[in-house]
Amino acid sequence: MTGRVWLAIVLSGAVTYAARATFFLFADQLDRLGPEAREALRMIPAAALAALSVPAILRPDGAVDRFSPELLAGVVAALAAWRWRRLMVTILVGLVAVAGFRALLG
Amino acid sequence: VLLGILPFGLVVGVVAVDAGYGALEALGLSVAIFAGASQLAAIDLLARGAPLAVIVLTVFVINLRFAMYSASLAPHLADLPRWQRALGAYGLTDQAYAVSIVRFQEPAPLPYRFGYYLGASLSLWLPWQLATVVGALLGDTLPDALPLDFAVPLMFLALLVPAVRDRPTVVAALTSGTFATVAYELPWNVGMLLAAFVGIGAGWATSRRLPRGPT
Repeated sequence: MTGRVWLAIVLSGAVTYAARATFFLFADQLDRLGPEAREALRMIPAAALAALSVPAILRPDGAVDRFSPELLAGVVAALAAWRWRRLMVTILVGLVAVAGFRALLG
Repeated sequence: VLLGILPFGLVVGVVAVDAGYGALEALGLSVAIFAGASQLAAIDLLARGAPLAVIVLTVFVINLRFAMYSASLAPHLADLPRWQRALGAYGLTDQAYAVSIVRFQEPAPLPYRFGYYLGASLSLWLPWQLATVVGALLGDTLPDALPLDFAVPLMFLALLVPAVRDRPTVVAALTSGTFATVAYELPWNVGMLLAAFVGIGAGWATSRRLPRGPT
């Protein structure tokens, strides 16, 4: 069990470093990458982050519930993110909102 | 910036302990990965017993955004020696990128670019590690009523909003989010991984059809 955990930690660290380092190390050869490939790279943050956040907000317990506390809090947090663009503000607003909506609706 | 990462580091430590891991594992994750969002995802998958390949691939996809940052910063650091770039890569985070790219894009060249970048990235490193350990040690004492489970998607949401800037990125986010929601039933994070790739493809196809190039 512990071995599996540490193996996961080390491998995850290695792929993370690879993602960070690739373009730094080949900074002098960047021109070879065509505009098409750059455009695909540019889509990564939006696609990956949406895949991570949207299901947890729309289907917190597996079922699609139109007025779940998570959905309402997600909307509030998205507005906060759009308005202030500060990571911690968004998280705090969202946590307060979900606690509030859970108390109200739960 | 520091005020932002300290509470987040605490959350990562607390979540690790809640999932049944010790302060040592939490610190190991923080040192090896040094990226909160993917640390949270890894903890979640480990606790649910997902296969190793799924965990590592998930962490990789979440942290692919660093490849973006790295590509964007790289031209400014191209004339540095290789070892400096190799060291600098480890310290690349959302915050270090945000701070550095703004300075690098100013018209007057910054005399000590590497020093500036390294200062920005490594001044985050120690507080991050300390916050994780403190969070892990405090973990058990915090009340369960705190909805910390929801902090994970919130964090991704907070990063998503500024990442959606034009039509291709909107399409990428919508496609990926919809696909991930529909494919939620698939075991572990397979749905999420597929969704990310489908979203990237959809955004890419959209930008190809636009008359003008990307902004």
